[in-house]
Amino acid sequence: MNIHHAIAVAALALGPGIAAAQTDPLDSPRWGDMKKEFLPAAARVVFDERVRVIAPLTAENALNVPVSVDASALPDVKEVLVFADFNPIARIVRFEPRGARPGLGFRIKLQQSSPVRAAARTGDGSWHVGGTWVNTTGGGCTLPSTGSASPEWQKRLGEVSSRVWPKKEGGERIRLRVIHPEDTGLAAGIPAFYIQQLDLADAAGTPLMHIEGFEPLAENPVFTIDIPPARAASGYRVSGRDNNGNAITATIEK
Amino acid sequence: MSAPARALIALFALGWALLLAAADMDYGLAPEKIADDTWVLTGRSEDFSFTNGGNIVNTAFIVTQAGVLVIDSGPSRAYGEQLRRAIARITRQPVVRVINTHHHPDHFLGNQAFAPDTLAALPGTIHGIHTEGGSFNDNMYRLAGDWMAGTEPVAPIHPLAAGPLELGGHQFELIALEGHTGADLAILDRSTGVLFAGDLVFHDRAPTTPHARLPAWQASLDTLEALPFRHLVPGHGPVANDAGPIRQTRAWLGWLDRTLRQAADEGLDMTEALALPLPAEFRRLAVVDAEYRRSVGQLYPALEQQTLRTGKARE
Ligand SMILES: [Zn+2]
Repeated sequence: MNIHHAIAVAALALGPGIAAAQTDPLDSPRWGDMKKEFLPAAARVVFDERVRVIAPLTAENALNVPVSVDASALPDVKEVLVFADFNPIARIVRFEPRGARPGLGFRIKLQQSSPVRAAARTGDGSWHVGGTWVNTTGGGCTLPSTGSASPEWQKRLGEVSSRVWPKKEGGERIRLRVIHPEDTGLAAGIPAFYIQQLDLADAAGTPLMHIEGFEPLAENPVFTIDIPPARAASGYRVSGRDNNGNAITATIEK
Repeated sequence: MSAPARALIALFALGWALLLAAADMDYGLAPEKIADDTWVLTGRSEDFSFTNGGNIVNTAFIVTQAGVLVIDSGPSRAYGEQLRRAIARITRQPVVRVINTHHHPDHFLGNQAFAPDTLAALPGTIHGIHTEGGSFNDNMYRLAGDWMAGTEPVAPIHPLAAGPLELGGHQFELIALEGHTGADLAILDRSTGVLFAGDLVFHDRAPTTPHARLPAWQASLDTLEALPFRHLVPGHGPVANDAGPIRQTRAWLGWLDRTLRQAADEGLDMTEALALPLPAEFRRLAVVDAEYRRSVGQLYPALEQQTLRTGKARE
């Protein structure tokens, strides 16, 4: 009996709830490594359909795969980590919804077909994991950005464009794009260059969303953030920086 | 089904397809006579695959007293060679002109099978083959496998200009348009009333949009519909004897453009735009789900960017 088998049997003996938690619904051989790498060893980890990861089953353009994460069916979400098992750089983005709805829309680069997962930590310290498979012919991570080949973008580096929409069900939606090459460092001769941090606050400076970015976010990333009615504000602002220390700051006017 | 099981089945299917392909890479090309001197080879209404070897495209040839004019050369060297043999079974006239209607891979990767001196296209198409032909070819190897063996992109040397072209008693009109790509050539044979529309017109198959500019494409469809044709050869899908395929293509592009603009205006994320339902009238188009998904990926980023405003940087 190998170790995995032994663990599975032990888990079964502990009851159906725990056993279910041990079986990766996406059946990926990398899940064990992902769990070890990104989640605390002592933490309670459950696969939970309340964490929704929405992405196309097939992504023809591996450089710009749209992904939406929605953990709003869970109570008291403190942070969400998004990763792709088979990406050479697995970590994609980590966010803390500090007043915004616990969800985020963004674009990623995928090197090959992979599960894309979101692990949400709730106030009780447990991690809830949801995900979906995305099939792609790949190559997204080892290609240079179009930005890195063009001198034009440098003048616009860090430029933010955005808009605020009222939501039918109340609250507001903010979409914002940041001009940035988001180079992974895996293309020959082009160092890693990517947004590390973005903070969204209301006009008074009260935090709404903290985002930590990693290399696999797509070039010129576009984010979708929803604000609940109670936190809707007269205006918003965003601030952050990339891994070279370039500042990103902008107001988001209605 | 589990992912490893799916992967295993995919691998098995892949191996099987490769075996079949290696054993018999025969496209089974069967030219169909649609008018005097005029033959069409109709491809399958599918995506590129290891099974169809890329034969999802329509090609055609016209046998004149001064030699054969070929319109598009297919997705691979093997297709081009089999097309040449299919022509030789019908006529002893030599191929004197091979015209690529635009620079998409299934329309020019058979060029190798023909004498370089016969190859011609609009200047924009020649440029597109020079700049993108290599990556198209690499991609076709991934999508069609062994069928592509030995295929390399060959750009035509003869640039074409819009206007009349006389060949062996046939009065052709070359019509330079755009919208499906930056350079789309339609060819009207005034002698037979056959209009070869290239990929400006799809029939019972959802249009592809990797290089599309929808307003320009719509204007090109208006131009085509006004032409005096009796038979219409679309780039993909069955030959028609009326303007139905033009109207079908226009209806799809119009819906696509309106729907994606509205989605962007309403602030939808791309994943939400992907989830929008397709109207019933388009459900009968082949590969419509896959083409909608690809079109969102190709068209939505620019449309959503138009809805965003550049904010003032804080001092
Ligand atoms: Zn085309």
